[in-house]
Formats: sequence, C-alpha cells, structure tokens
Amino acid sequence: MEWLSQLFGSYWQNVQMVGWTLVKIIAIVGPLMIAVAYLTYAERKVIGYMQVRIGPNRVGFWGLLQPVADGLKLLFKEIIIPTASNKGLFLLGPVLTIAPAFAAWAVIPFDGTMVLANIDAGLLYVLAMTSIAVYGVIIAGWASNSKYAFLGSLRSAAQIVSYEIAMGFSLVGVLMCANSLNLGNIVLGQEGGFWHWYFIPLFPLFIVYFISAVAETNRAPFDVAEGESEIVAGFHVEYSGMAFAVFFLAEYANIWLVCTLAALMFMGGWLSPLPFLPDSILWLFAKMAFLVFFFLWFRATFPRYRYDQIMRLGWKVFIPITIVWIVFVGAMMQTKFDYLFH
Amino acid sequence: MVFTDFLFYVLATILLVSASRVITARNPVQAALFLVLSFFTASGIWLLLQAEFLAIVLVLVYVGAVMVLFLFVVMMLDINIDKLREGFWSYLPLAGTIGGLMAIEMAMILGNKYFAAAPNVSRPAAYSDTAAIGHVMYTEYLLPFELASVVLLVAIVAAIALTLREKRESKSMNPSQQVIVKKADRLRMVKMRSESEVLPNDQADKGDAA
Repeated sequence: MEWLSQLFGSYWQNVQMVGWTLVKIIAIVGPLMIAVAYLTYAERKVIGYMQVRIGPNRVGFWGLLQPVADGLKLLFKEIIIPTASNKGLFLLGPVLTIAPAFAAWAVIPFDGTMVLANIDAGLLYVLAMTSIAVYGVIIAGWASNSKYAFLGSLRSAAQIVSYEIAMGFSLVGVLMCANSLNLGNIVLGQEGGFWHWYFIPLFPLFIVYFISAVAETNRAPFDVAEGESEIVAGFHVEYSGMAFAVFFLAEYANIWLVCTLAALMFMGGWLSPLPFLPDSILWLFAKMAFLVFFFLWFRATFPRYRYDQIMRLGWKVFIPITIVWIVFVGAMMQTKFDYLFH
Repeated sequence: MVFTDFLFYVLATILLVSASRVITARNPVQAALFLVLSFFTASGIWLLLQAEFLAIVLVLVYVGAVMVLFLFVVMMLDINIDKLREGFWSYLPLAGTIGGLMAIEMAMILGNKYFAAAPNVSRPAAYSDTAAIGHVMYTEYLLPFELASVVLLVAIVAAIALTLREKRESKSMNPSQQVIVKKADRLRMVKMRSESEVLPNDQADKGDAA
C-alpha cells in the first residue's frame, strides 16, 4: 500500500476512489449476472410446472447447473457474421442492448445506505438509460441486412417508444407523491407499513407501469419483436453464439431492473411491510422475486397480442389513464385528503 | 491538469470528431448514429458543468426519443449515394457563403461579453439543479413555459392533421370495435332434437335388396 501511494503521489485519492467504485460495480454486476442466469432457469422450471412438465432436470441436482451448461455451450459456439451485414454495427448492437441494462443499476438503492451513485435526479437517469436500450435493437435489426430482422427491429422500436411515454407518465405520479426524483427518498417517503406504499393511492399507475414494463422488455404477451410465427426470431435472427446470448442476458437483466424499480417506487423497496419487522435488503429481494414471477406467469398464460392492438393499448388506453390519474392526484393534493397521497 | 479537465478534452475530441462525421459519413444511418454519439458526449460535457438535469434530459429526449424516430425514417429511405453527390461543385459557392456567414455569427456570439465563460460558481453539495430549474420554471417563467407548451401542442396537432390530409384508400381494422365483440354477436346457439344417423351404405344395401 505504501509504495502504491508513493507511486501515484497526489493522485492517490482519485485512484483509491476509482478502485473502490470498481469494487462496488463488481459487487452489483456479479450477483446480477447470477440472478440473470438463474432467472432463465426459473423461467423454464416455472413454465414447465405450469404446463405439467418437469423442466430442466438433467444437469446437476434438480437441473441447477443448467444455466452454466447453457452459458458454456453458447460461449463455444461460432459467431456467424452475415457477409452482407454492416460488421461494426452488427457487433455494436448487442453491446448497446446490454450496456444500458447494467448502467441503470448505478442509482438503484438496495438499502438506506447501499447505493453506488446517490444522485438527485436518479429517476430521470433510470428513464434516460432505459430509453437508450432501444438502439441496440434498432442497430441489430438494421445491420443484419435481413428482412425479418429489420421488421422485428421496427416493431420493437415503435413499441418501446410508445410504452415509454406511459411508463414515464406513471412515474410522474410517483414523484408527485414523493416530492423527489431521488430513488432513496422515494422509498423513504413510503415508510410506516404497507398501507403507506404508493401502489395503493397510485394503483392505476402501478398497473400501467407494470404492463408497460412487460412491453418495454419485449416479453410475452408483447413479444412481437421476436414473433417466431411471423418473423422467425425478429431482430436477433442473424445472431449466434455469445452475440445472441448477450441479447438474451440483456432481456433478463432488464426484467430484473424494471421489477426492482417497481418494488422501489410502488412497494416500498427495502422497507418491511409491517412496522414492527426490521427493514432489510431481503424485503427488496422478496418483492423483486414476487414481481418477476408475474413475468413468467404472464408468459405461460397469455397469447401474443396483435401488433395494432399493442399500439392501441399503449396510446389510447394507458396514456389517457395515466394523464387522468396524474390530474386526479394533483387535484386531491389540494384538498384535505392530501395525506393519502404522501 | 485536474482530472475533470482531462475528461473535458477527451469528451470534446469525441464530440468534434463525431459531429464532423455526421456530415461526412456516406451512409445516412451511420451519420444519424454519429449524431447520437455527439449528443451523448455533449451531455457528458454538461455533466462536467454540473448541469445534471440538462445532461440527463438531453439523453432522455434527444437520444431516447427524437433520434430513435429519426433513425427510423432514415433506415426506411432508399438513398442513392451517387445521386446525393450530384451538383456538389455548382452548389459549393452558395453553401460556402452560408457556411462562412454562420461561422462569423457564431464567432460574434461567442465573442460577446454575455457569452464569455461564466465564472465557476461553487455550489453547496446539497444543491439540486433539477429542483432549481423546476422552481424557476413554475414561478418566474411560468408564462413563457406555458406558451412554449401550447406551441408544441399546436405543432403536434398540425403534424397529425397533415397525415390525415388525403383520403385513406387502404382498409384497416378497428381494434376498439373488435375488442367489444361479445360471444353473443358471433355465435348462435341452436337447440335441436337429436337425429339418428342414416348411413349411405345402408341405403345402397336396401336398394340391392329391393
């Protein structure tokens, strides 16, 4: 340590800060990757049991090593780059999909003190990061130089841009109640038992947020971007090996992200549901897992939406609902019932 | 050199290179993507100026929404690059004059005392850029802010009206009518007595017997 601080001289503090931040990033991304890998396993198991099957059960005890085996298989596969594709952009596509899915975790508070970057405009930062995730899909679809991929990316881009509006509006309700854009303060605004959580006064916004989140992550029943009955596999039809796996990882990382945000903003984050129980990060994990289960349940239950109905749901149902509820919340805050909305 | 200075020079270099690539890239999709990159680096520079709200909104609005739609349109176009190069030399004097004028204008603005580099205001750690902007926007500048929003609303209505100018020839489904369809509208239940089946073979047999 001594010789290190001498080596960097006056920069030693900066270097220490950067090193410490890197350690924190690894502490977030490492468990996240494991959670992503085991979400794929959970999905196959849960949907398996819903369809009266067993699901993966060969690799390891209860098939628990299945994600590892899948990862190794994809790692050893060849990445085929189509001859007529735009090579640079073809490889940039998956990178741009997964980078925002991880970058958004920088402002997520896991606990009263456990947060990488406690910034004031945290909610805006998350929205900005999730809004750029669409570039990966667009670039991948265009650079593949394939009709199916291109159609898939166009569908996905229009869908993500549309549902982002409803999602953004439903978050406006949250920040009206919390009086803050800081995710930590939003959670602290819900202190004092589950009847203080924002999902009760903002119930329509919570539902809109959650369904928009399903659409944003391109999950069933909104997965027209990869509607295999029409356009094979959509935007990632030309991808193989690890390049494909990165899209896959990004999708599951995004599921964790939107569920974490829902848990933080509507369900009190790390706060315990009953005041006499201690607050803990475990509550956050439990809420995240509860919400993620719905994603799997939806996939096993609903048939795929038709594309024009997706657009109608986003523009003509969700956006009016959110606008009406924001106006309603704003009006109620001026009355004597305003204690309900804080 | 402070670390932030170093960051500024890195970001500024990327910004200048990508901005010049916007107008020199042959492929319009690549040009649009370079524009996205220059927005990103510009927002990084704004972050260095401690304008976090502006930096995030630049990414949220321009990168996340405007450029996506822009890219959408550019990708659908079938642009012949050779045609774009036609008449380069004949337009050059006019374009050069306009470009020169704009350069002079920019120099005049930047040389103006109002645009001189602002003294570096040190702010308390708890200072929230976002809250400050929100505060002045809804108190001091309420009227201009509301006027700007009305102008935007008019623009939205006008843009939608333009797309409805021509009579629609294509047929389309109306989802809101489709989803209100009930089972009773499509399905008629008929009650009838059960019938005993008469096989054609039996008739053939009977015919033979007769």
